[in-house]
Amino acid sequence: MKLNELNLTQALTLLDKKEITSAELTEDCLKKIEMAEPKIHALVTIAGENAMEQAKAVDKKRAAGKKIGRLAGIPGIIKDGICTRDVRSTASSKMLYNYVPVYDAHVIEKLKAEDYVLVAKANMDEFAMGSSTENSHFGVTRNPWDMERVPGGSSGGSAAAVAADETIFALGSDTGGSVRQPAGFCGVVGVKPTYGTVSRYGLMAFASSLDQIGPLTKTVEDSAFLMNVISGRDERDSTSAIMRYPDYEKDMRKDIKGMKVGVPKEYMEQEMSNDVRRVFEDSVKLFKDMGATVETTSLPTFDYALSAYYIISSAEVSSNLARFDGIRYGYRTKEYADLKEMYKKTRSEGFGDEVKRRIMLGNYVLSSGYYDAYYLKALKVRTLIKNDFEEQFKKFDILLSPVTPTPAFKIGEKSTPMEMYVSDLFTVPVNIAGMSAISVPAGLSADGLPLGIQVITNAFWENTMFRAAYNFEQSAGFAAKPAL
Amino acid sequence: MKYEKVIGLEVHAELSTETKIFCSCKNEFGSDQNTNVCPVCLSMPGMLPVLNRKVVEYGVRAGIALGCDIPNFSKMDRKNYTYPDLSKSYQISQFEFPLCKRGCVEIDVDGQTRKIGITRIHIEEDAGKLLHQSGYSRVDYNRGGVPLIEIVTEPDLRSAEEVKVFLESIKANLEFIGVSDCKMQEGSLRCDVNISVRPESQKEFGTRAELKNLNSFSAIFRAIDYESNRQIDVLESGEKVMQETRRWDDTQGKSYPMRDKEEAHDYRYFPDPDLVPIYLEDNEIQDIRDSMPELPAAKKQRYIGEFSLSDYDASILTNSKFTAEYFEQCVLQYPNPKAVCNYIMVDLLKMLNESGMEASQIPVPAGDLCGLLKLLEDGVVNSSVGKQVFEEMFKTGKPPEQIVEEKGLKQIDDTDAIHELVLRIIRDNPKPAADYRSGNAKAMTFFVGQVMKATNGKANPKTVNELVKKELDG
Repeated sequence: MKLNELNLTQALTLLDKKEITSAELTEDCLKKIEMAEPKIHALVTIAGENAMEQAKAVDKKRAAGKKIGRLAGIPGIIKDGICTRDVRSTASSKMLYNYVPVYDAHVIEKLKAEDYVLVAKANMDEFAMGSSTENSHFGVTRNPWDMERVPGGSSGGSAAAVAADETIFALGSDTGGSVRQPAGFCGVVGVKPTYGTVSRYGLMAFASSLDQIGPLTKTVEDSAFLMNVISGRDERDSTSAIMRYPDYEKDMRKDIKGMKVGVPKEYMEQEMSNDVRRVFEDSVKLFKDMGATVETTSLPTFDYALSAYYIISSAEVSSNLARFDGIRYGYRTKEYADLKEMYKKTRSEGFGDEVKRRIMLGNYVLSSGYYDAYYLKALKVRTLIKNDFEEQFKKFDILLSPVTPTPAFKIGEKSTPMEMYVSDLFTVPVNIAGMSAISVPAGLSADGLPLGIQVITNAFWENTMFRAAYNFEQSAGFAAKPAL
Repeated sequence: MKYEKVIGLEVHAELSTETKIFCSCKNEFGSDQNTNVCPVCLSMPGMLPVLNRKVVEYGVRAGIALGCDIPNFSKMDRKNYTYPDLSKSYQISQFEFPLCKRGCVEIDVDGQTRKIGITRIHIEEDAGKLLHQSGYSRVDYNRGGVPLIEIVTEPDLRSAEEVKVFLESIKANLEFIGVSDCKMQEGSLRCDVNISVRPESQKEFGTRAELKNLNSFSAIFRAIDYESNRQIDVLESGEKVMQETRRWDDTQGKSYPMRDKEEAHDYRYFPDPDLVPIYLEDNEIQDIRDSMPELPAAKKQRYIGEFSLSDYDASILTNSKFTAEYFEQCVLQYPNPKAVCNYIMVDLLKMLNESGMEASQIPVPAGDLCGLLKLLEDGVVNSSVGKQVFEEMFKTGKPPEQIVEEKGLKQIDDTDAIHELVLRIIRDNPKPAADYRSGNAKAMTFFVGQVMKATNGKANPKTVNELVKKELDG
């Protein structure tokens, strides 16, 4: 077995026992990257030499018996919208093709404090807008399970890299499903923590009221472990929760006998592929077999979530991306006669089509005369959706749904924006309601593509979420790997 | 036809907190370009604002001073517009729920007290500064993120004089409560003027214009005059006043309509999702209320009651925190408020004015002014020498005793010496002496003047008068 194929828990155990070194582990990851990248193109920037230096430094520390962090020597890949000091961070946009931050995101500070090894920055949909990683200035990422297909998005590079064993773990960000949907398409675990659990400091904003950073890993256990590292109050993010942060692994391994599981009928009424329906029904059966009680329930506001999402997220992004003006950093057009032309050309050339579409949509819904009908209405709908979810969690411990209506689709297959947006149908309500959710591999489609289920829990109920997901993962025994 | 002006103001004051409103950069005027900056106030990707609680406190203090209601809930909104000095391309401000609402300031103009309504006070961030070079421009972001309050008034002002008194009152209040320096020349106090005119008999407001780029008190008054006359001319010629934003050109002494692209903004306000609402508990507001210093209006009444000062004197002294503090320090050391007040009102303010200094820059320590008053009281110097000494104190910062000593300005009280001088001057000037004796009493002043001149003004004037009269009357 190549070391890069280890999961986080396994790798840590072997490192602790000094059976392997971080240098060996990191080298195997880099070798895999060298082999797989020409095929899948999951990465934007590879920090090969730096990674090896870091790995060796951690090995030295470990050998000398010095105090080492909880992730000592573990290679990780970070979505390119998360700022890494001295390492180019582009959000896969031409606008930031040369941007090297002078600061680390809060999560990166946390990972560094635990001695992780930064291996690479992962490709994504530009500024996290998209569901396929086709909207990247640096080119399309391909699904390791089938090169003709997308890995999902926007954290498609992170998901593909984990699926292809280019890394031990990855971080992504999830605004409407951008961690869970690619995790589902690539057969890995992906978490969208409760809004406010992980600091957004240093995460390039897409929609500030929805964005959350989350781990993508090979196992549920690894995700819980990473949540223990990256979560926590950060004074620099005013929306960071002030609370006692739990041990996310606590009670994870307890069984789920008597756990109350709800399946919202609105999810099941949507159009979805037979494979998705079959794998989901098998999963529900597994939950019953493990002693959970499963009931059909209803989220009456489900149908409005996607509309509210596109209004709110576009409104926020139109303002968040206004700072990319060519003045202080990033791309600036070559020739211009005056300020207005500089703005116009810089932004026309620097942003891709999907980003421009959302900016225009956002400016429209915020403009005078339309604000009440769109933005304000969407905020009200959001409150109703949140209430709807909270009602559910008076009756249920978790809600279950498929992650996506279909397995990974083909590159170029979605010809209109609406078709693309619908692939986030099952993940978006969780962000709108500020809940937590995890995507866990559940089975394969007839074509051999991975499919996941989504475990949704109330805000700050991550312990319940991990427990349900861990138990499911253990009994489902999903062990397939892409034949890369 | 007679017209009345209707004026409302938007006053921006920079708050004098240690740090900026959303980051820990220094809030400091006059630093080298782009030195008080960080990733947050340069709006680098992924950076987030964190509200400086001091700014909230200062804003609430201003609200209390201006008689506002302080709601328990307020929040920050984004005002979206693009300009190179605005690093995020949106300004974090307050739109729907400002920090303070519904206040009132009383002003006295021409013996009448008028109430000027304050619509709201909100907190927001300042933008940076553009430095135009030939062919290109540079941006200095030091000022970006400096905290501001914007005070919006009702259209309650009726003349340039009222605007002047109102702004002086605002300035004094903000100074007294220590939230702003209010230095117009450094841009820490700025003002936009909304103005319309209407025939005196008319109830409805006319169409207003908003005047921008008013960088000094004198610019504000000139602009009000110019703009009201312009609007009257428009109306008189049978046309309609346009609702528009106009830029004041102080060198030309004229206002011009701003170009469309400068003006036609849809700011697309919406709640800033990076910040949480501001909740102020009643006890927090009360704590701030309890910590408020004596405000100018109360101080003025106290000066009138406690020190028997005139209304006018008390107003002038309380117009600035610095003159009021100075006055009080002096009265502590020299408990003759009238004398202190006179010296400040006449001599000190004149000198400040002539040297173009602000009340915050008074160069004479309170103790030294009291020393001079003591010298005058004890007759060590007479009043005209006193003025000389004060000028010297103001210019050199030396204490009065030293100046008197160095320049030999002590009053001559030696009666014999003065007597001798009087006799000599009467002897040397037989003609005026004869005039006097033949009934021209005015001739006496000639001799007094001559004696004073001969002693460089140092002779005790009382003694001189007595002796001259005595000798002439023989």
